[in-house]
Amino acid sequence: MKNSKQEKKAPSLFKSLDWLTIFIYVVLLALGWMSVCGASYDYDQAGSIIDFSTRSGMQIVWIGSSLLLASLILMTDDRLFETLSYIIYICFIGLLFATPFLAHDIKGSMSWIKIGNSSIQPAEFAKFGVALCLAKVISTYNFDVRKWRDFIICIAIIVVPMGLIIMQKETGTALVYSAFFLMLYREGMPGCLLFTALSAVVYFVVGVRFAEDPLLGVEEMSLGHGLVMFLIQIFTTGLLLVYGNKEQGTKNKSTFIRMFLYMLLIDCAAIFVARYIYPCNSVWAMVFACGASGLYLLYLALRDRFLQYCLIALFTLGSMGFFYSADFVMNRIMEPHQQTRIRVLLGLEDDPRGAGYNVIQAKIAIGSGGLEGKGFLNGTQTKLKYVPEQDTDFIFCTVGEEEGFIGCAIVLLLFLSLILRLLYLSERQPYTFGRVYGYSVLSIFLFHVFINVGMVLGLTPVIGIPLPFFSYGGSSLWGFTILLFIFLRIDAGRLRVHNSKQ
Amino acid sequence: MKAENNYELEKRKYVIGGAAVVIIIVYLLRLFTLQLLSEDFKVSADSNAFLKRIQYPARGAISDRNGKLLVYNQPAYDVMVTMIEQVGVDTLDLCESLDITREWYEHRMEEIKDRKRNPGYSSYTQQLFMSQLSTEEFSRFQEKLFRFPGFYIRKRSIRQYNYPNAAHLLGDVGEVGPEDIEADKYYRSGDYIGKLGVERSYETVLRGEKGMEILLRDAKGRIKGRYQNGKFDRAPIPGRNLTMSIDIELQALGERLMKGKLGSIVAIEPSTGEVLCMVSSPTYDPRIMIGRQRGKSQKQLAKDPHKPLLNRAIMGQYPPGSTFKTSQALTYLQEGIITPATAFPCSRGFHFRGLTVGCHGHGSPLPLVPAIATSCNGYFCWGLYYMFGNRSKYKTVQDAMTTWKDYMVSMGFGYKLGIDLPGEKRGMIPNAKYYDKAYKKSWSGLTVISISIGQGEVNLTPLQIANLGATIANRGYYIVPHVIKEVQGMPLDTLYTKKHYTKVDRHHYETVVAGMRQAVLGGTCRVANTSFYEVCGKTGTAQNPHGQDHSVFMGFAPREDPKIAICVYVENGSWGATYGVPIGALMMEQYINGKLSEASQTRATEFENKHLYRVDNGPQTIVNSQNEKL
Repeated sequence: MKNSKQEKKAPSLFKSLDWLTIFIYVVLLALGWMSVCGASYDYDQAGSIIDFSTRSGMQIVWIGSSLLLASLILMTDDRLFETLSYIIYICFIGLLFATPFLAHDIKGSMSWIKIGNSSIQPAEFAKFGVALCLAKVISTYNFDVRKWRDFIICIAIIVVPMGLIIMQKETGTALVYSAFFLMLYREGMPGCLLFTALSAVVYFVVGVRFAEDPLLGVEEMSLGHGLVMFLIQIFTTGLLLVYGNKEQGTKNKSTFIRMFLYMLLIDCAAIFVARYIYPCNSVWAMVFACGASGLYLLYLALRDRFLQYCLIALFTLGSMGFFYSADFVMNRIMEPHQQTRIRVLLGLEDDPRGAGYNVIQAKIAIGSGGLEGKGFLNGTQTKLKYVPEQDTDFIFCTVGEEEGFIGCAIVLLLFLSLILRLLYLSERQPYTFGRVYGYSVLSIFLFHVFINVGMVLGLTPVIGIPLPFFSYGGSSLWGFTILLFIFLRIDAGRLRVHNSKQ
Repeated sequence: MKAENNYELEKRKYVIGGAAVVIIIVYLLRLFTLQLLSEDFKVSADSNAFLKRIQYPARGAISDRNGKLLVYNQPAYDVMVTMIEQVGVDTLDLCESLDITREWYEHRMEEIKDRKRNPGYSSYTQQLFMSQLSTEEFSRFQEKLFRFPGFYIRKRSIRQYNYPNAAHLLGDVGEVGPEDIEADKYYRSGDYIGKLGVERSYETVLRGEKGMEILLRDAKGRIKGRYQNGKFDRAPIPGRNLTMSIDIELQALGERLMKGKLGSIVAIEPSTGEVLCMVSSPTYDPRIMIGRQRGKSQKQLAKDPHKPLLNRAIMGQYPPGSTFKTSQALTYLQEGIITPATAFPCSRGFHFRGLTVGCHGHGSPLPLVPAIATSCNGYFCWGLYYMFGNRSKYKTVQDAMTTWKDYMVSMGFGYKLGIDLPGEKRGMIPNAKYYDKAYKKSWSGLTVISISIGQGEVNLTPLQIANLGATIANRGYYIVPHVIKEVQGMPLDTLYTKKHYTKVDRHHYETVVAGMRQAVLGGTCRVANTSFYEVCGKTGTAQNPHGQDHSVFMGFAPREDPKIAICVYVENGSWGATYGVPIGALMMEQYINGKLSEASQTRATEFENKHLYRVDNGPQTIVNSQNEKL
């Protein structure tokens, strides 16, 4: 393809590699290993943190092999991945399909394949296959995510492995694949789609989470329902302010704000009546406020012949419809044990021995760390196994307890800088392939950090996914390393590409 | 066009980057509130991870005055339960292994969970399920323990007794009740506390100080070591050992002699106030109060009509009878009502203005010493009559009464002496107010004449009578009687070292001592005479409106430098000389000689087998003994 002269002009791999990312990676690995030491420390085998029979010792093996893997990836040709992306994807689909038949049951999960003495989880590796495949597809000539046909192809590439992983009973890992939508958003997927999907999740989680709580002490009113209605009002107003008819300018803006204030007035009046005058379920008044605003928007759409109003009205009414039908399905159609399953899955069930217990213990562990933490290997909660899954999914507790607020802040800021650095690197890619792949990587990291740390802090539902570079285990560490270093290899090739262009 | 589009889309990187920044900022704020704004989590973490295990100190041992071990500790095993962990235990299997019924199990579980009865309840900590398994029960249960998650064994020590004697004195320990926990924060449910005897009165000394071990406990409740290698642990301080003033041999003899009789023997070392023996009959073997049978035994004893749980020596309030005459003689002498030479007539009793107090045949008139020796009722009645009627000395009869009462109180009557045992009664010494109320202020010495011979309203405990003996032996003072001679590493309470002088001068005591000596040599106490040492004594035959008279003896020996003062009180024993004197004589012999002669042994066996009531729980029968003249 390229002649040797140009090849020689290309800067060496050493120079073109992004060492900042590698630095962050290495620091995170080191902090991660410290946390695994603290979390897996066993009083009965005190002082043997580098013994290979312990988890901290094994983690050294995983870290060493990951570094080896990283170097191997860096030694390959960056074009190799683009070339092989479909093959890799198809291999992974095949592997994921076969996994349930080869797997042995580990705590109800059918995702682990035993190789020799250790087990690997194909679902963790498949991410880079999917990322490569998406990058390849999107970078083909004339492919546009904004076209329905192309968009559906993207969705199919994502949904097939998701489905296969759900069949392995690894819902958490499957949900990670939804992170690719963030990348699709960058590539042109309509923002309102992402927004609507996010809104639906928020309605559902908030609605279910607070369904049983009284609203401001009024037993008849459900805090969940009230909150969701209020959110719909805010979202509607927000959408109107962003997508409203720009030609009419400030006049419209004030109309929308006035509409929001009316709704707010109705909300407050309803709550006031229920609380101080006659206790009744006045959430219905809030529903009425939402519905009225939706109908008013439909009227505006017809009057001004402006499509956006119609869509926003659709969003408003659709949101209400979605929430109440989800509520109906949840409470009327599902059996109680199915409801419990969902609530526990979302980490909402207040069950001290189940998911609720994890969250409570996680908060205790982190909260007891204070500013500076208790010191390396001095945590009591994590070492004494109060936090379940403390060296895998709940590893952040160890950071919180032993390293305190300072340690947590350093870790979170390192992750943030990694993600922002990846964002920067992605944007500097000369070709779509590299950019799409880069965005996939950063979306996956962001999703993992968001969900994992969030669940430990009791802010997001309990979804069992690892914290990159921290959680114990070879599969996830190798998976993240491959994901990251393929991108770094692609990124290292950008200059040569530039050169060849010239 | 596509490039322009791309340019539009590139702006979306700010949305994505912004989302990442917002998420991290929200999480940092959350961490800030969790870690820096709330102390609750630290407290929760501590209660999670730290198991504060109480270490029980060894309770102090108790030995007698000669160093013979009376009470010591023996291992026992408690079954503990942690409610939250005991889910899914096979109840049937458990009940079988512990030999309990299902009803008992359910009842006990309810009891444990009831916060009213068990204020310190927590489903996360070990609660006492069943106490004091014997070693065999324990080994049987331990084999199966692994099958019962949430159930644990806690090693405790329980009391064991070397002798079957002195149950009332030693007392026992039992589990604390809610009121004990309320009264003293030291106790927790399941702790032991002294219930009776010195176990109770010396509880704070005997129990020592609980220690605390801070252990690290993992989520499954397994112990993973000491927090900071035991830096904050506190070792238990063992309880102090007690040396009793009791001579266990003497105590055993006393209990033997009192078998089948109701009553009491109290012996005191006059020079120190140390109680040498304190028998209350009927008694019981302290060993039946050990362990889980305590409740059952206690119930059974409480039902017994002869009230074996009652310590008659300090709780029984009896008319002292003629033993009281000594105190009267002392009072009259000190007040100048009589001199040792004063003689009063007695023709088979005191007859005056139609009032008669009977007496037995003896020479008349008699001066004081023979009057004491023959226990002349008339003499002491005349004495009281002249005292209460002496208007030159006392303005009113009330004044005389008050003076008389003050003498009695100075001799240790009418109030608790303050012995180191729980439940002491004060007895009864009437005062002027009492009679004013009873007789509407119209009364005289004649009205109350019977108090002069230890009858009527006067009531003393056997301890107070013995203390009277000790006071006479000391010629005018007593030290508050006490059963503990020495507390390990602690000085004795000054209450038990201070001399209490009576209002009577020493030389008057010598006269009374002479009378008591005369009683032994040729009066009512001849049985007590021995060639080994000079015994002094006074009998009493306390009239009992409910039945046969009570037989009383008060004495001390030797006359000079007395070693033992004694009171024997046998309910329904008729004449003082029938039971009181011979039993008292045997007791003094045992203590002073250290053993009984062969002849005395025979006599002791004879008394052991003379029963005044059927020992089974049938109705009380009085066995008439030979009518010996007083």
